[in-house]
Amino acid sequence: MGFEYFEPKGVEEAIAILAEHGAAKPMAGGTDLLVSIRMEEVGPRGIVSLSKIPGLSNVDYDPDRGLLRIGAMATYSDVLASRVVHEKYAALPEACLLVGSVQIRNVGTIVGNICHASPSADTAGPLLAFDAQVRVVGPRGERVVPLEEFFLGPGQTILEKNEIVTELLIPAPERGSGSAYLKLSPRRAMDLAIASVAVKLTSENGICRDCRIALGAVGPKPLRATGAEDLLKGEKLREETIQRAGVAAAGESQPISDLRGSAEYRRDMIGVLVERATVLARERARD
Amino acid sequence: MKLNIELRVNGETYPVAVEPYWTLLDVLRREIGLTGTKRGCDGGDCGACTVIVDGKAVDSCLVLAVWANGKAITTIEGLAGDHRLHPLQEAFIEQGAIQCGYCTPGMILAAKAFLDGNPNPTEEEVRRAIAGNLCRCTGYVKIVQAIMSVVETAARKGN
Repeated sequence: MGFEYFEPKGVEEAIAILAEHGAAKPMAGGTDLLVSIRMEEVGPRGIVSLSKIPGLSNVDYDPDRGLLRIGAMATYSDVLASRVVHEKYAALPEACLLVGSVQIRNVGTIVGNICHASPSADTAGPLLAFDAQVRVVGPRGERVVPLEEFFLGPGQTILEKNEIVTELLIPAPERGSGSAYLKLSPRRAMDLAIASVAVKLTSENGICRDCRIALGAVGPKPLRATGAEDLLKGEKLREETIQRAGVAAAGESQPISDLRGSAEYRRDMIGVLVERATVLARERARD
Repeated sequence: MKLNIELRVNGETYPVAVEPYWTLLDVLRREIGLTGTKRGCDGGDCGACTVIVDGKAVDSCLVLAVWANGKAITTIEGLAGDHRLHPLQEAFIEQGAIQCGYCTPGMILAAKAFLDGNPNPTEEEVRRAIAGNLCRCTGYVKIVQAIMSVVETAARKGN
């Protein structure tokens, strides 16, 4: 294989190594990277592990700033162990619990999930629904990018050569908010989504003040169904309104037919999932 | 170029020289000779290679050996005491939860890691905990029964 392995002790060192060894790839948990290396036979000529960089494993909520920060090395299990994440960002741990198995969740990372950029990445929907931002660090410095702008296509992100993501920044939902994540898959674990939906809404006296609807596995990247969102904003969250939002969201999806399902089936299921997730989010907003 | 690492497995320290792309599974079986951990899919889908690292169940096919350097690793060989099997091992035998036996080491370790942190689970929680371990022989019923019998015995003993 002719392979090099690096364990930098800081972000700048990691970036310098990536710049010098053009064919090396950064690794967080490695649960996607190691599989793709084995399947491709000829893979990256090296790995730059982020595991020895201090301060990247945090899942910290700052109540003064109303901001949740998830570091690049924070695993799904780390997120699932955080009480504040369950309380304020319910859709996110719901999604985490549906990723792979406990073995995968103990090693794999949320940031890695995002950077791998599968259109069906389970954490992408909730993170989009919560208006997450991504801190990108590279040879030319640091920038913070809205997650909405981060994905370019299947497996493709805006990350340039030698750039890494160091953390996710997620603002606290407003009072009166509720969220939900629903994933349609043949198995209850260890499966990819045929279609998935994340909804976050804020309501007051039964009227939707704001909402986000994110669709997974039905397009080249995780999508926001902004037309469906506009249908709900300012409206009473009644069954008919929610149904219309589901139909609108289905129309905004861009599914393809593949071994997991036909485009028609996925489109239909988006309608159903958006309805159900919106009802769930509405109930949770009331609590 | 090989790297010199130390793997702490079942309380013993094994110095090994490894290629950086060798997985923990590769090294446990080939370099250290602990073949109780099985290679199934080699891709994180079947759980046959499950070991416990720093108290957490992981697929040893999906972590590099260098990642495991200095961490506390438990394989199936580390479960039995001097003259006694671990309660999970005994339960699997008693309940008929072993047919070909290939999933068994990974299944038992996944169960152990789970019960260590959750001594009083429901059956649903147990099923979720072993969702990452596939068995082609048994249909899982006896496996779940075996794990629940350990839970019940521990509860009766007032643990």
